[in-house]
Amino acid sequence: MEHAVEIFVSSFTRILIPGILVSIPLTLISFFFALVIAVIVAMIRYANIKVLSEICKFYVWVIRGTPLLVQLFFMYYGLPKIGVFWSSPFICAVVVFALNEGAYASETIRGALNSVPDGQIEAGYCVGMNFVQIMLRIVLPQALRAAVPALMNGLIGMVKDTSLASNITVTEMLFQTKTIITTTYEPFILYIEVALIYLIFSTVLSRVQVIVEKKMNAQVGKAS
Amino acid sequence: MIKVRNVTKKIDNLEVLKGVDLSIEKGQVISVIGPSGSGKTTLLRCMNYLTVADTGEMEFDGVSYDMAKTSKKDIEAIRKKTGFVFQSYNLFLNKTALENVTEGLIVARKMSKDKAKEIAMSALRKVGMEDRTNHYPSQLSGGQQQRVAIARALALNPEIIYFDEPTSALDPELIGEVNNVIKELANEKMTMIIVTHEMNFARSVSDKIMFMDEGRVIEEGTPDEIFNHPKEKRVKEFLEAIIRS
Repeated sequence: MEHAVEIFVSSFTRILIPGILVSIPLTLISFFFALVIAVIVAMIRYANIKVLSEICKFYVWVIRGTPLLVQLFFMYYGLPKIGVFWSSPFICAVVVFALNEGAYASETIRGALNSVPDGQIEAGYCVGMNFVQIMLRIVLPQALRAAVPALMNGLIGMVKDTSLASNITVTEMLFQTKTIITTTYEPFILYIEVALIYLIFSTVLSRVQVIVEKKMNAQVGKAS
Repeated sequence: MIKVRNVTKKIDNLEVLKGVDLSIEKGQVISVIGPSGSGKTTLLRCMNYLTVADTGEMEFDGVSYDMAKTSKKDIEAIRKKTGFVFQSYNLFLNKTALENVTEGLIVARKMSKDKAKEIAMSALRKVGMEDRTNHYPSQLSGGQQQRVAIARALALNPEIIYFDEPTSALDPELIGEVNNVIKELANEKMTMIIVTHEMNFARSVSDKIMFMDEGRVIEEGTPDEIFNHPKEKRVKEFLEAIIRS
């Protein structure tokens, strides 16, 4: 058992460092692009823009209907067969995670857009604003506020999903853990250890969610 | 100032408007009364293109428009001259009272922030909301929200304001504060069309009353003519039913 404690302690920073240097940046960068994609897709579908709306529907359908792991494998191992190469597995992972989360988040935001009462849109027209101005200044800010809890769910989910990137040789936490296991033969301790670190990351994000929600509620004069 | 003729509108196969005429002169106040579902609100919405009429002509300041196919540009021009106050206030919930009023001035009219704020403050003063300018709609009572909504319409300096049942969503004790603001506007000769269920208010504030039922104007005249000597049986029945209640 002393042996186990020793391995636990000595491995901690070895797992944590790729967590901080790879897993967290992978999550945050992917999530940022996912949000950009989600807002654009949600607005196109909300405004029901011809053709584009159909393309967006197709995108959401494909992404939601196929496993994330299959998407990763296809993009990293499949695409090079038709001449598309990635300069690093990290970039490939960012693209896959952003596209994947973007599809889910677009539905969250679309729902939130629909929840903003139509009356405010009419009032916007009556004071002379156009559709784009009303969307950007009135509807979208309220929708994003309503979407925060569900979006944060997505973010927390994504921290954990980044572990899948170990399958395409991204040297994130799980990749590192597996590497350590090959030399120490201590899967029991090391998997608990990596799970614990994921738990810490998720807990921090849950706290961030509370802060973000408070801040956004203050913007409409509501106590949270 | 405005004349509309033969406005018709079908919604889901129901004829909501069956050929309505209306004309209003500058400085006049018209109240549109009648039972629920008579088409009053739809008429008002068609006049501001929130609902597009199936047929109808509108003459606004001497320019004629086909209400069924008015261009986007013309709609913008007409809306620029009109204010609209909704039954459910429809304030922008992510904006303070002041921002609700400045929003249209800054974003649509491209006014400087300072100038917009100055105009907004004077509009908010007019409706007695100058000490609540930094409150969000969720922090205001219904009556206060509706007064901000009136200020929002006023700030744009419209030629006419349409009121769509402005007090119907309010608690009884809050109706007075909103009606007083409208009365004051009437005294200042603001041109207004008011859809309302409040007969006493309509009687005291209006130059002309229009009674609508089932998509038609049944009778119109001065408040005295409509309330004291109605000619049409349907109007008599309606008013008697209200008095009895």
